[in-house]
Amino acid sequence: MSLTEEVEVLRRLPLFHRIEPRRLKLLAFTSERTTFKPGDVVMQQGDPGDSAYIVLAGEADVYVSTPSGELKVATLGVNDIIGEIAILIDIPRTATVRAVGELTTLQISKDHFFRLMTEVPEMGIEVMKELARRLERTTADLREARAAAA
Amino acid sequence: MKQTLFGYIFAFSKRQQIILVILTFAAFPFIYLQAELPKMIVNGAINGKPSNFPIEFNGFEFEHVEYLFTLCGLFLTLVFINGGMKYMLNVMKGRLGERMLRRLRYILYERILRFPLPHFRRVSQGEIIPMITQEVEPLGGFFGDSIATPLYQGGILITLLVFILMQDPLLGLAAVALFPLQGALIPGLQKKVNLLAKERVRNVRLMADHLGESIGGISEIHTNDGSQYQLSRFAGRLGIIYEIRYEIFRRKFFIKFFNNFLAQFTPFIFYSLGGYLAIKGDLSVGALIAVISAHKDMNAPWKELLAYYQQREDARIKYDTVIQQFDPPGMLDEAIQTGDGTPPTPFSPDSVISFRNTGLADDDGTVYLQSISASFAMSERVAFIGPSGGGKEEIAALLVRLAVPTSGRVHIGNDDVAQIPETRLGRRIGYVSAQPYLFANSLRENLLMALRYRPSADVDESRRAWILEAETAGNSVYDPTGNWIDYEAVGLEESEDALNARIRQVLQQAQLADDIYEFGLRGRINPDDQPELAKRLLSARTALREHIEATGETGLVEPFDPDHYNLNASVAENLLFGTPVGNTFDLEHLGEHPYVLETLDRVGLTDEFVQIGRQVAETMVELFADIDPGHELMEQFSFIAAEDLPEFQALLGRLDRGGPAGGTISAEDRGQLLSLPFRLIPARHRLGLIDDQLQLRMLEARRSFAEHLPEELKDAVAFFDADRYNAASSIQDNILFGKIAFGRSQSATQVRTLVGELINKLNLRDAVLDIGLQYQVGVAGGRLSAVQRQKAAFARALIKQPDLLVINQAFSVFDEASRTAVFDGVVNGATNMGIVAVLDHPEQASAMDRVFTVDNGRIEDESVGGAVAAEAAE
Repeated sequence: MSLTEEVEVLRRLPLFHRIEPRRLKLLAFTSERTTFKPGDVVMQQGDPGDSAYIVLAGEADVYVSTPSGELKVATLGVNDIIGEIAILIDIPRTATVRAVGELTTLQISKDHFFRLMTEVPEMGIEVMKELARRLERTTADLREARAAAA
Repeated sequence: MKQTLFGYIFAFSKRQQIILVILTFAAFPFIYLQAELPKMIVNGAINGKPSNFPIEFNGFEFEHVEYLFTLCGLFLTLVFINGGMKYMLNVMKGRLGERMLRRLRYILYERILRFPLPHFRRVSQGEIIPMITQEVEPLGGFFGDSIATPLYQGGILITLLVFILMQDPLLGLAAVALFPLQGALIPGLQKKVNLLAKERVRNVRLMADHLGESIGGISEIHTNDGSQYQLSRFAGRLGIIYEIRYEIFRRKFFIKFFNNFLAQFTPFIFYSLGGYLAIKGDLSVGALIAVISAHKDMNAPWKELLAYYQQREDARIKYDTVIQQFDPPGMLDEAIQTGDGTPPTPFSPDSVISFRNTGLADDDGTVYLQSISASFAMSERVAFIGPSGGGKEEIAALLVRLAVPTSGRVHIGNDDVAQIPETRLGRRIGYVSAQPYLFANSLRENLLMALRYRPSADVDESRRAWILEAETAGNSVYDPTGNWIDYEAVGLEESEDALNARIRQVLQQAQLADDIYEFGLRGRINPDDQPELAKRLLSARTALREHIEATGETGLVEPFDPDHYNLNASVAENLLFGTPVGNTFDLEHLGEHPYVLETLDRVGLTDEFVQIGRQVAETMVELFADIDPGHELMEQFSFIAAEDLPEFQALLGRLDRGGPAGGTISAEDRGQLLSLPFRLIPARHRLGLIDDQLQLRMLEARRSFAEHLPEELKDAVAFFDADRYNAASSIQDNILFGKIAFGRSQSATQVRTLVGELINKLNLRDAVLDIGLQYQVGVAGGRLSAVQRQKAAFARALIKQPDLLVINQAFSVFDEASRTAVFDGVVNGATNMGIVAVLDHPEQASAMDRVFTVDNGRIEDESVGGAVAAEAAE
């Protein structure tokens, strides 16, 4: 898979889909292709996060630790993004992710992502808009939930 | 040390000077004869009347022509004799001068090593170094001439004078009438020159000092915009030196002028007064002419004498101004360093270390320690704690005599530390300070310096003459190339293995082994020198390959394979398929090398490279065109430097106008584009520009590159060969023999662990450590981190297994984790030696048997066991 295909994958992600392709190309170029073997830990719950991963091939399982042990909460596949929050703010990983089979990802490091945003402000604005849309959705969900509860 | 120049000359070269004088005068008759012979040849032989022949000469009878050739033969012989004697004299003088200079420099250096330590706070390197290196240099030329020249020239002068006086006392007196005047006036003039010369020396030293400070304080100058002020100060210094030098040569030339004038004034008297007497008939014309020519001859030695006088004054001043600086009060006694030749007695662990009313103050009255008293057994682990500047540092310095008490004493057992020779103090006590110095040499040499006391007695026969010469010049008779390592003194059997084991042990104690191991992995060996090791490293290469294949981790490292294109290596590396030796095939600039371009042409890849270069340029321009030129992303990722980007933009513009064929691209543009693809690493850059077809053709280029490599470039590259050790690559690269794969999570860490395990398994770790020890630490250890320097200092102190280890705030540089590790390794690992540690972190004192708290130059508190640490923890 070459750079151009990676750009296509990035464009399909809601967080990036409004950003100019040539900016995404730069993002892809400055990111690393990282592969994991079956069972490899992509991220560990509680660790500081420094990258987000976009699944290019393969699958990954997501686990959260509960008092009664680890609980599998989801399986991620191609075009899913893992740990996107980590490239926006400094918070510890909220889940553990493991590769199921051979897993190929595009690893976007927080440092490069931030540098890119400072350099290309319109990219930052697009990301901000996307986050605002999500907030709006979450607020709406919350309203509905409250109404339902009442 | 001799206080005057001639004192020095007489003390160390009396015999040689006498020989020189004798030889000088022995040459006299021959010189005279050689001067006389031409007259005999012209008057007696050539112009001789035939009636005079046969002529009797030295008891033999000669015919005319025979006589001529005999005299000419004699003349030639004299030429040889005189030339030979002169040559011999010059060689003798030169050798004498060089030996005396060597001796002088040696004396000066030897004195530096015995300077009282506080003196080093007052003198700067910048002043001392030029004194020994340059200032004394001209003295070498003077020593040989110092006695013989004035005697020789003086002798000639007197002889001529006697000759004139005998011819005519009156004219003789007239000829010398001005000598007293010259003799009286010239030293007066010279005196001013001398003063100026001293001033010049002083100012040149200040200049050297300024230079030294500028280099030492270069960061401060940059960070304070200090360059203009420093330049101006330096210009000021140069100005002063200019004025002094100008004044000196003005006066020197005046002396010359004055002297010349007086020399010409005498003939004036001859012509006027002598002429008058001749006209009057009181003096024969012949006598007058004889006197005039005698005076003319006299002028030459007189000039020589004057030149000698000036040279002597110059030398005297140089000697005086240097010597003054090397005689500070309180010099260490010579015997304290030379010792008496017997191995020093170890300090008994039972001996008591005691401070008895010990006080320490500066010459300007700053008191560091006020009359302290304390005692403890050497076998105890003792800590001194307290605030920095309260006096604890000085206690450690007193113990190793880096400071000498201004009142009271320090004793170890029954010995006053001030009296213990360095042979004992320096061998039996280890000292680690917070600012350890490492010498610009390998790490190993820096550790071994602690074991080099005296060379072994057996001297290499080939070095005998060399040592004898050193002795003649009063230098050290120890052979610097001899075997200096004193195995016995540090309890080792005399073998390289035992020594290496000791080194590894102290590296472990000082927590330096891992750093050295890293140096070792990055180090290189010459397989010709260490064939056995190279073989073992090659077996590690095979073992790694087998291990990787057995565990199915083949994606971790992509091996170098002559028949495969390496996707994790750059185009440059793939083409070269070897390690560059020197800068010829520098990978960064490979695309500029004519032979590389020639290779591309040969396999017909040039056009393709230009096209790929064009695509790379297009991508880079697309990605980075409107990115801020100084931006990190650009510096990190762009193939084209920010400042070149506009140029490439313009280039691409030209190409677009010229059509896609590229046939019309100018040679210059082609060159620009050609250099771009060399940095492409397919696995990393994913630009999809190196397809399978191209990879195959690159393999062809790789083969062609090696095949046609001209003879003169053969040494510039060490090709990869799976069965051979690559001398140009590091140990690690030799074991890997491939590229760590991009895009495998944690691949670098995994490979490191793998290599580490393998090295341990194959018992190669010690060998890697030995190579790591060859690491050059740079000037003052500058290529090591501060932490590594400190660890090295610990290792250096431990390697001699001292009876007592004195640690002076040497843990301060470490972070908490490594502080604990080093402390454990050093203090708890050193079971057979006493320890006195000045500590900054009281919690460390918990491991100590006795703890003194020092503040305000006094011992404020003494406690036994871990009480202090317990308090600190509360």
